[in-house]
Order: sequence, then C-alpha cells, then structure tokens
Amino acid sequence: MSNQGKVDCGRRRLVVATAAVGGAGAVGALVPFVSSLLPSERAKAAGAPVEVDISKLEAGQMLTVEWRGKPVWIINRTKEMLETLPKLADAVADPKSEKNQQPAYAQNETRSIKPELLVVVGICTHLGCSPSNKFKKGAEEGMGGDWLGGFLCPCHGSTFDFAGRVFKAKPAPTNLEVPPHVYLSDTRILIGEDKKGA
Amino acid sequence: MAGGTFEKYKSDGSLAGNVLEWVDARFPATSMWKGHLSEYYAPKNFNFWYFFGSLALLVLVIQIVTGIFLVMHYKPDAALNANGVPVAFASVEYIMRDVPGGWIIRYMHSTGASAFFIVVYLHMFRGLLYGSYRKPRELTWLFGVGIFLVLMGEAFFGYLLPWGQMSFWGAQVIVNLFSAIPIIGPDLSIVIRGDFVVGDATLNRFFSFHVIAFPLVLLGLVAAHILALHETGSNNPDGIDIKEKKDENGIPLDGIPFHPYYSVKDIVGVIVFLMAFSAVMFFAPEGGGYFLETPNFYPADPLKTPPHIAPVWYFTPFYSILRAVTYPLFGLDAKFWGVVAMGASVVIFAFLPWLDRSPVRSIRYRGPITKVMLTIFVICFFILGYLGTLSPSPMGELVSQVCSVFYFGFFLGMPWWSRMDKFKPVPERVTMK
Repeated sequence: MSNQGKVDCGRRRLVVATAAVGGAGAVGALVPFVSSLLPSERAKAAGAPVEVDISKLEAGQMLTVEWRGKPVWIINRTKEMLETLPKLADAVADPKSEKNQQPAYAQNETRSIKPELLVVVGICTHLGCSPSNKFKKGAEEGMGGDWLGGFLCPCHGSTFDFAGRVFKAKPAPTNLEVPPHVYLSDTRILIGEDKKGA
Repeated sequence: MAGGTFEKYKSDGSLAGNVLEWVDARFPATSMWKGHLSEYYAPKNFNFWYFFGSLALLVLVIQIVTGIFLVMHYKPDAALNANGVPVAFASVEYIMRDVPGGWIIRYMHSTGASAFFIVVYLHMFRGLLYGSYRKPRELTWLFGVGIFLVLMGEAFFGYLLPWGQMSFWGAQVIVNLFSAIPIIGPDLSIVIRGDFVVGDATLNRFFSFHVIAFPLVLLGLVAAHILALHETGSNNPDGIDIKEKKDENGIPLDGIPFHPYYSVKDIVGVIVFLMAFSAVMFFAPEGGGYFLETPNFYPADPLKTPPHIAPVWYFTPFYSILRAVTYPLFGLDAKFWGVVAMGASVVIFAFLPWLDRSPVRSIRYRGPITKVMLTIFVICFFILGYLGTLSPSPMGELVSQVCSVFYFGFFLGMPWWSRMDKFKPVPERVTMK
C-alpha cells in the first residue's frame, strides 16, 4: 500500500478530483428534492379572486369569506364604531397605517375605500391565529373598562380596533392586512384584485 | 463489555448448536448478545430512576406498532368529503368508530405520545440527579438530546394529522414562528408549509415526516445512544466508576450482567407502567384534556380560531418561555427573540456536560447549592408548563418571565454554582441505599 510514506501526487489529485465531482453531483441531486418542498404550481394558481355579495350585510354586521385559504372579514361599521377610530389614534401602534399592510387606496383613517365598509384579512399578524370579534364596549366583552370595541386574538392577546389597527405594546407587530379589493357595484366586492374595473 | 471480543460459538453437535455455529461464523450473534446483554456489566445499585430508559424503549415500540396499524386506515387529505368534513378528520373518526379495535389502537398511540414524554422527562431528570451526562458519557447525553429534539418534531408533526381545530391552529402558530427569523423567515415558513397557508400540502408532508423520516432518524439515534452507553458503561446513583475496581477476570466488582438481572428487574417496571398506561387508555384516554385537547374533536376550520389555543402539555414549558419574551432587542421583534429563547431552552441541555464543573457526579455527594438549584429548576419547569396551558395574562406573563430567568440561570450559572458547592467524600464502592 504505502510506498515508504511517499504520496503519489498524481493519484492524490485524481482522488480529490473524483471526490469533488462526486460531491457536486450529490449537491445537484438535492435540487429536485428541495424544490419539491416549494408551493406547487397548483398551490400558486389557487389564489383566484373571490366575489362577494354584500347586499344583505346590515350595519354592525360582519361577514367572513375565504380567500387564498384565509378568512377575509367584511364589516359594515356603524357610526358609533367609526367614531371610536379618531379617539384611539394615541392608543394604536400605527394610527396612520404607515407600514405597508394595505393598498394605497386603504391608507386612510378608516383603512377602507368606503368609510363604513372594512375589508381586512382576519389573520393576526403575530402568529397567524384568527382574532375573535369583541364588538361591544368594555366589561360586556370581558375586556377592560376602556375597551371601545374591536378584535382580540385568542392566542397571544393582541387587540385591534374597528379599522384593524393593532394596539400598542401587543405581540402583533403590524395592523391587520387589507387585501386588494375593488367594488364591482354598490353591493358586490371582488377580493384579491384591484386593477380591473377600478 | 461492548466492543470487546468474544469467542465464537462452538457447536455441541446438536442441530441448534450447528445452526448457531454456522450463523456465528458469519454474523456477530454471540458477541452482540454477550456484549450488550449477558456480559454487559451494569452497576448493581440501580434504583427506581433507572426504569425509564427501558420504558422509553417500550413506548417507542408501542408507538411504532400502533402507528403501522393506524396508517392502514388513516388518510392524509385535507379536502372535504361528501359530508363537508375533511377526509383526514373523517378517517380518524372512522378508525375510532368503524375499524374493529381501531379505537384502542388509536388511544394507545395518543396516550403513548404523552407517556413517551413523561418517561423521557423522568429519564432526563435521572441524568440531572446523578450526573449521567458527565465525562465520559457526553456523547450518550448528546445522542439523548438529539432523541429529545426529534421526538418533539415527531410529536408536533403527528399532532397535525387528525386535522382538528387544535391540529390546524397549533401548526399555524408554530410554523409562523419560523417566519420571525430575519430575512429568510417568510420564505422558510412557506417551504415548511408547502403552501401560503397550512393546507393539504402541509398535512401530506407532515405525514411523510411523521411516519418515515423522523422515525428512521429516531431509531438511528436510539441505537447510537445505547451503543455509546455500552461503550462507556452505565453510570449509577453513586456516580462512581465501577470499572475502576475489577476482579481477576476483569469483571467490575460492583457490576452484574444486564441479562438476566436488569432484564428481569425492568419487566417489573414494564408491568407497573402498563398498569398506569392501561388505566389512562381505558378510563381517561383524553388525559383530562391534556393528552387530547377538546378543540381537536372539531374538524379544522381555517376561518375560525378556537377561543383558547394551547400546545399539548409536553410543549408548554418551552411555549411559556416563548411567550415570556416581550421586549424587542437590537431592532428585531420580540417574536424573533421569543423563538430564539424557546430554541435555546431546549438546546441548552446539550451543553450540560461542559457546564457542570463539580468534582462529583451524583447529587448524593453534592451540597445544598446543587439541591436548591435543581429544586428551583424543577419547580420553574412545572410552573412554566402550567402557565403554557393558560390564556395569556399580565400576571402569567410576569411569573413566566421570572421562571424563564431561573430556568436559564440554572444552566448559565452552573459553571459557578456547581463549583462553589460543598462536597462529601465519594465512596470507593457503590452503596445500596
């Protein structure tokens, strides 16, 4: 085997070259396996927009529809609900919706196209639970006495106001996301698209 | 001892003897039997705490056998069936109601999951008591920590499969934890889910991990854990090395062959364990809502989170540590640091062999500081575990923060407090206390 401890450099180079080529091949073979973990073409195509009829949504009511596997809330806010928003400007983390969590047309105090109608993805921006609605004031909902109504995430206690704005010092880092949406007519909303017919 | 050489079997002329000789010439049957069982010398002073290694092996077998039979009927499919129920959820209900014997196999598997963690936690606590992780058994301990990590993954993947409300929302929360990692986080969580939301792709890959990938890794680690243990020999409640005192044949004076002495002793443990296991399985299979959580009897609904979600009990201490972190640091979200703290609280066990600087292994010869620290650690572990099952509250948050500090203090302060302690003289030979 060993030739008095002398290394045959030619053979050693061949061994190294073979190992390097083999290693490159092994890394290349990983590609299909890793890429198979990514969302499939079908999953990517599944994000079709959803059309919603809101003609029966009374003031103060909320409707949940599924878009891309997530709940989207449509809330027909009453005047009292809307009146709470300016009062909370100091209590919420991002009152002017400066973080990119909504299309430009929803970057306003009510975070909506029409003031009373809020369209928002009902998924907490912390760890993805769906907050529950706590629409009534204060103790009636088991919240603090200064609670003006909004949403409470059951998982880690983040709270949101009637515009989906997160309160300060809560685990959720940002406001609830407003999905792209467009009014096809007074009573029909298309969720997931905003260019056509806008 | 293992690794030593044993003479090949010589036939006595009988048929069975001839067969064994033939096998032994081609496969190390005799040497494995002797090295790991009949001539593996374990300290003679093992006590109650030494049951849990073999019990963990028993539960592993229970989980594998019941798992094989469950897979024959279970369907990892999130699509809704004709009745509007997800196929996966319906297939579990089918196992519970329509498959003959299905209910008991399923309860064995679900009870087995909790039993596995009870046994493993006690097994780990034994290691803490008697310094089993100390030199020369560091690798045994590291393989053990690996087993614990894989077991947590295995349990997490398995919990998604019934596709109930807790399955779905638990997975949603845990997978979203990964999105807290800066830069790669959001893409990483998509790679884990295989979709933009927890869905059919997630269910199928978790199923694959649960029944193939992780069990294979687990079996490999268990083999490595036992091989490493048999290389160094077992520790014992006195924490002294029995190999230092040997008789003229090279057999430790305080050692007895594992088989038949400990194989028979362990059977007693198995019987008592199976009594408790059966009691849970037959009379309280849901474990008071801790082994199988109530919301998981409702099919997964991606539009509605249950009013209270909590992980299964065996994850709650670490979950509490995650929730205890509420301060952002270095411009990164508290969420990210929570994930880091939770990961660290598990991985930190791996560093024990190098954190402990006391001159003796066993708590029997260590002083009050060790006893107080270990007691505080265990109490904090229980408090964190309890708080993790509750809804978040300001009081709970404060208590979990205090307990988290003690938890990490136990480990990070160990190089100092383990040396400061008073020590008693260690005996030459094992004691039979």
